[in-house]
Amino acid sequence: MPTFVIASKCKNNGKCEEICPSDIMRIDPVLQKAYNIEPDMCWECLSCVKACPEHAIEVRPYADISPLGSEISVSRDENLNTIGWKIKYRDSRKKEFSFPIRTTQWNSIEIPDLNGNGDIDGQELSMEPEGLLTGNDLPTIRIKTGKGGR
Amino acid sequence: MQVHTVESDILIVGGGMAGCGAAYEARTWGKDLKIVIAEKANIDRSGAVAMGLSAINTYLGMRWNQNTPEDFVRYVRGDLMGLVREDLVYDVARHVDSSVHLLEEWGLPIMKDASGKYLREGKWQILIHGESYKPIVAEAAKKAASEVYNRIMITHLIKDPKNSNRIAGAVGFNVRDGSFWVFKSKAVILASGGATHIFRPRSVGEGWGRTWYSPWSTGSAYALPIMAGAKMVQMEVRLVPTRFKDGYGPVGSWFLYLKSYATNSNGELYDNDREKLRAKYGKYADAKPMPTCLRNHLMIEEIKEGKNPIIMHTEKVLDTKEKEEAGWEDFLDMTVSQAMVWASQNTDPKEKWSELVPTEPYIMGSHAVNAGAWVSGPSDIAPEDYQWGWNRMTTITGLFAAGDAAGGAAHKFSSGSFAEGRIAGKSAAKFVHESKDRLPAIDDQTIERLKGEVFQPLENYEIGHTFITKGTVSPYYLYPSQGLKRLEKIMDEYAGGVSTLYTTNKVNMNRGLELLSMLKEDLPLLGAEDLHQLQRAWELNHRVLTAEAVLRHTMFREETRWPGYYYRSDFPSIDDKNWNVFVLSQFDADSRLWSFEKAPVHVLVGNEGVAP
Ligand SMILES: Cc1cc2nc3c(=O)[nH]c(=O)nc-3n(C[C@H](O)[C@H](O)[C@H](O)COP(=O)(O)OP(=O)(O)OC[C@H]3O[C@@H](n4cnc5c(N)ncnc54)[C@H](O)[C@@H]3O)c2cc1C
Ligand code: SF4
Ligand code: SF4
Repeated sequence: MPTFVIASKCKNNGKCEEICPSDIMRIDPVLQKAYNIEPDMCWECLSCVKACPEHAIEVRPYADISPLGSEISVSRDENLNTIGWKIKYRDSRKKEFSFPIRTTQWNSIEIPDLNGNGDIDGQELSMEPEGLLTGNDLPTIRIKTGKGGR
Repeated sequence: MQVHTVESDILIVGGGMAGCGAAYEARTWGKDLKIVIAEKANIDRSGAVAMGLSAINTYLGMRWNQNTPEDFVRYVRGDLMGLVREDLVYDVARHVDSSVHLLEEWGLPIMKDASGKYLREGKWQILIHGESYKPIVAEAAKKAASEVYNRIMITHLIKDPKNSNRIAGAVGFNVRDGSFWVFKSKAVILASGGATHIFRPRSVGEGWGRTWYSPWSTGSAYALPIMAGAKMVQMEVRLVPTRFKDGYGPVGSWFLYLKSYATNSNGELYDNDREKLRAKYGKYADAKPMPTCLRNHLMIEEIKEGKNPIIMHTEKVLDTKEKEEAGWEDFLDMTVSQAMVWASQNTDPKEKWSELVPTEPYIMGSHAVNAGAWVSGPSDIAPEDYQWGWNRMTTITGLFAAGDAAGGAAHKFSSGSFAEGRIAGKSAAKFVHESKDRLPAIDDQTIERLKGEVFQPLENYEIGHTFITKGTVSPYYLYPSQGLKRLEKIMDEYAGGVSTLYTTNKVNMNRGLELLSMLKEDLPLLGAEDLHQLQRAWELNHRVLTAEAVLRHTMFREETRWPGYYYRSDFPSIDDKNWNVFVLSQFDADSRLWSFEKAPVHVLVGNEGVAP
């Protein structure tokens, strides 16, 4: 389902262009609206659809494999931390789903500073071995056969 | 033209799972280090996890005594028909649990069972609500890195002119404003993902971009080190995953968690004929679980016998609301196309089955294959010949690799790539710490030459298009998409793609190489109308070099080691006597010659206490 943009809804804010991993959403210089410049390099990842605050981007499944008529819409909410999907079949059957996307607030991650604490020459990464939650040391190879090892 | 120069301690090329892990870990070990990420897209939604994932495929569960790193090594070794770097696989295994715990702490929703343990999809896999997997990991990386440069495509690595085996940085361009970027760095971590569209995909037309792995995985992780002269390993091993037909929905959750099963068109289970398999491939037929490539092999045999379609019986297993939701979420979080194929074709998976196919081949280092750079192993367990410097350093001093970019260690997936990024991040921090020297030198002439090369496609078009009236047909230049189609056709027909049911031989490959060489000669004639096309031109350059490595490696290995991934009709058997080895290659940029060698496979983990 390469994307297409509803002309009346696009506000030219460039959010889709900013996010598309395939670099294929662009603002048309004349229209001043977004469009998909290379539909055959669209992965249908919906990153742009989720990012458009105007809900201006929709998808029409790949013409080569998909009969016309079905629809999918998605709304992702970073306050509720949920994503909701509405799917309409070609024969009008409907399905709806909602799933969680994150258990913590956005922008809540903190980066520790280990300088001086950890052993930079050892094998442990930051927060190891505690982070393994085993109560044991970081494993190392116990059984050895074959040519290698020392 | 604007030129920007950025100096850093650590440059990370690609902010995907491995790149984000590297940034995080390097920062925890080096408060004052200058760590920069150059990312060709936008780090919030870049790489293979841009859309999200439904599972973490590598989690041992050591805290609940579910698996040990030794168990994992045995599993991965069996799956790759014996050929893995056990030191690297072990290293990923022992660090992957703490990495998953970190992801959970950051807010990635991991499903739990009634006893509070992570809900298992399979022995190694756990289920997640993973739509926001990438933005969560990116949040950590953005906080950890000193600077993240989005929309910078790295085109070349650069080395110290005074020491041809010392990395000095990288160059690239900004896809949006066309500026040229020179990164000078003490250490560089390659984390630029796998390679799709090396082989012609089954998809056509508008759906061309619907490959299973992301179309923006363009082989930079292989071409960059190859051009720089790093040793590469296992480039011949391609992944042929079995997927839902057309939508490319993954099957893992369906087989493992939902307990669905697949049959041929006669309604027969096809994956249980070990007898026939043993006759052809000996002891490998008895590996438990059956190696991924052999499972493919059995499916390919059914197809050869005309017993397709291969049918996934979704309708037999979606008998509760929970299971139906799990089935749909699996695709909505990870491969929305598959959900759309169902909706558009009026297929309700709880009423009607779906078709499966073996896909076109992919080049990766993180899945059930292990192509990539030959890297140094961890100092406590790596045998001497697997150890020449800092952990995860390639054969070029100061150049590290992780995730799809690092070879020899299969089955990393998202969590293991992230963990390996962390390993490389710490290791690079240690490297910078220990080599307290100034920034490596760079040579202005080289930079000037590369600048010319990088923007040449724009000039080719600029000049060439004035000789024709209009349209895409020109004898003066080649569009990137035209070159890509040529590459895919060559690899498909000569290197064991879908159209030959993954089969090739020496004569066929020699012919392929001939055609590939002519494509290489045409690459300096690529024409780009704009900066977007310029990105596509460089992606093609990287893909072609990746493809050449694949073809040459496949020619060098005179056996069929991974039936189901590819077959050499001239050497149809597994030949343990001569080929129980790694194949290493090295490209010399000056002479333009490739050299090949065999490297031993060391067994570090025994089979004690394990049923044969
Ligand atoms: C559909 C699908 C389903 C999957 N399912 C699962 C699953 O269920 N569980 C699981 O654990 N794993 C799964 N995986 C695998 C997982 O996504 C990969 O193993 C993992 O993402 C590899 O990490 P990486 O960092 O090596 O590559 P990526 O995450 O792809 O990152 C590579 C990064 O490099 C950037 N880059 C590339 N070239 C350049 C360049 N020249 N210059 C600058 N930047 C560049 C890219 O934009 C990208 O950000 C799945 C993958 C896909 C596509
Ligand atoms: S994000 Fe939406 S509103 Fe903004 S440019 Fe794109 S389509 Fe238009
Ligand atoms: S669906 Fe994904 S690949 Fe397609 S235009 Fe949107 S962001 Fe780009």
